[in-house]
Amino acid sequence: MEAILSARELRKTYRRGGSVFSQESDGARFTAVDGVSFEVARGETFAIVGESGCGKTTLARMLLRLIEPDSGQIYFTGENLLAARSEGLRALRRQMQMIFQDPFASLNPRMRVGEIVAEPLAIHEPGLTARKRKNTAVLMLARVGLGADALDRYPHEFSGGQRQRIGIARALILQPKLIVADEPVSALDVSVGAQVLLLLQELQREFSLTYIFISHSLPVVAQIATRIAVMRAGRFLEIGAAEVVLHHPRHDYTRDLLAAVPELPCA
Amino acid sequence: MSDLLETRGLTVELPTPSGWVRPVNDVSLRIAEGESLGLVGESGSGKTMLSLALMGLLPPGARVSGEATLAADASPRKLMALSEREWRDVRGGEIAMIFQEPMTSLNPVMRIGAQIEEAIRAHQPKLAVSEVKRKAIDALRRAAIPEPESRAQQFPHQLSGGLRQRAMIAMALAAGPRVLIADEPTTALDVTVQKQILHLLDRLRRELKLGLLFITHDLGVVAQVAERVAVMYAGRIIEEGPARDVLTKPKHPYTQGLLKASPTLRRGALTPIPGVVPQLTALPPGCAFEPRCELRRSDCVTEVPALRAAGENHKARCVLV
Repeated sequence: MEAILSARELRKTYRRGGSVFSQESDGARFTAVDGVSFEVARGETFAIVGESGCGKTTLARMLLRLIEPDSGQIYFTGENLLAARSEGLRALRRQMQMIFQDPFASLNPRMRVGEIVAEPLAIHEPGLTARKRKNTAVLMLARVGLGADALDRYPHEFSGGQRQRIGIARALILQPKLIVADEPVSALDVSVGAQVLLLLQELQREFSLTYIFISHSLPVVAQIATRIAVMRAGRFLEIGAAEVVLHHPRHDYTRDLLAAVPELPCA
Repeated sequence: MSDLLETRGLTVELPTPSGWVRPVNDVSLRIAEGESLGLVGESGSGKTMLSLALMGLLPPGARVSGEATLAADASPRKLMALSEREWRDVRGGEIAMIFQEPMTSLNPVMRIGAQIEEAIRAHQPKLAVSEVKRKAIDALRRAAIPEPESRAQQFPHQLSGGLRQRAMIAMALAAGPRVLIADEPTTALDVTVQKQILHLLDRLRRELKLGLLFITHDLGVVAQVAERVAVMYAGRIIEEGPARDVLTKPKHPYTQGLLKASPTLRRGALTPIPGVVPQLTALPPGCAFEPRCELRRSDCVTEVPALRAAGENHKARCVLV
């Protein structure tokens, strides 16, 4: 397997409690991510599953260097992500984009959809003309199922599912290699969530994307993951092929999680 | 089993800039003593507005027609005709509600025990202080909160999400209501905690012979808690019946679509429902699901179908039934 991303011994701690002004240095720290190592193969969907507070979002953000790890290494397309600076970092970052959970909070309410979707182009390809940026945005919006009439409208005019599509268009406009999706369907209704999951699968095939898919929901992950890592208290307890983790779990905690999923009766 | 709560043609209308809308449209349902009814719907289906109507908590300006009858004791009460003074006895005393996010429904600067005592005193003002305290601790114990005496001294932020929801349940049941409305009570919780809360609600329902109206968007959850299921779409009940029948032999294309769109641990072909839930301000003249329905016929466009018998105690609002 060819790894597009490999993470080694990633660690992140936060100061526990106290206000930002308190100067206590009693060493009381909370370990959010506690020595996590894994590799993600090109073209796969690597899911990280865990309950709230397990560290999955901190981990996801470290992979994009939105949070700096305390220690550890991240290699992305063979390059040392944590050592990259300025132009080098910028070049790596355009290959990796994020889709967020809350489509209401992750789109600037004062920007028009056309500007939101085209903004990454304005940052990473400043040489492009406004017309070219707009045309690319129209194509991207069309690909996620939105018409060109969306360009001049504001996020509040769209439903949750449509907003998530706008977020996906923004993430894909630079044609990245890796998408980190943090709970992309958990804020959506069932019927709309299924639409977004299918769209993500289509886009993966079409653009040869690699996904790192963060979720609390094993049923959602079961639809999309090739491999699954089960996370608790900052560590991976189990990591393996999706079918194995879902149907022949090795760790007791994975079994507990699976047993707690409310399942539908069989027809 | 006698009916604790019955609605007949309950309709709620709200004023909007583009005219009156009906988030609850001609809803008739019954909940018997000790029975759990699961009310399933996506956002905008009207399920929360229905529960607010049953609690007398509708926003100002709302217009209500139809009936809701609470038969918790010998003299049935017409809920929609209650004065605000009468509601104060009924709310909490005969019908209570718990919400999705206990952190926003509990007072953050009041100890848990004091909040429950307040709920008890509201209905039994003459009770001695020591007796109120004892009842509050009993309520926490009934909700399976470990060490209820010390938990009563804590503030909501000191409790985990699961314990907060237990405290909410304790408070809701403290004054001895016969009907409990639970609006997405486990949606914000982890699955392992959700399982515990669902067990707790199930046990309390049996022990206290509560009528439970469990509102959720999650068909898996409804399969765990409900004996009967009602599915709401655009303000109307579109299917109702025994939980097993509705979930394994759904008759309405919307219910069928929801089931096919619900992820399960078995990887299958997930089939989304095309389109979006219609806006209440722009409902189609016929069946509200018609624009998204792959089985539509010409008469679906013109007329709202009636709820028809689709099996034993099973009804669906579809011309194909």
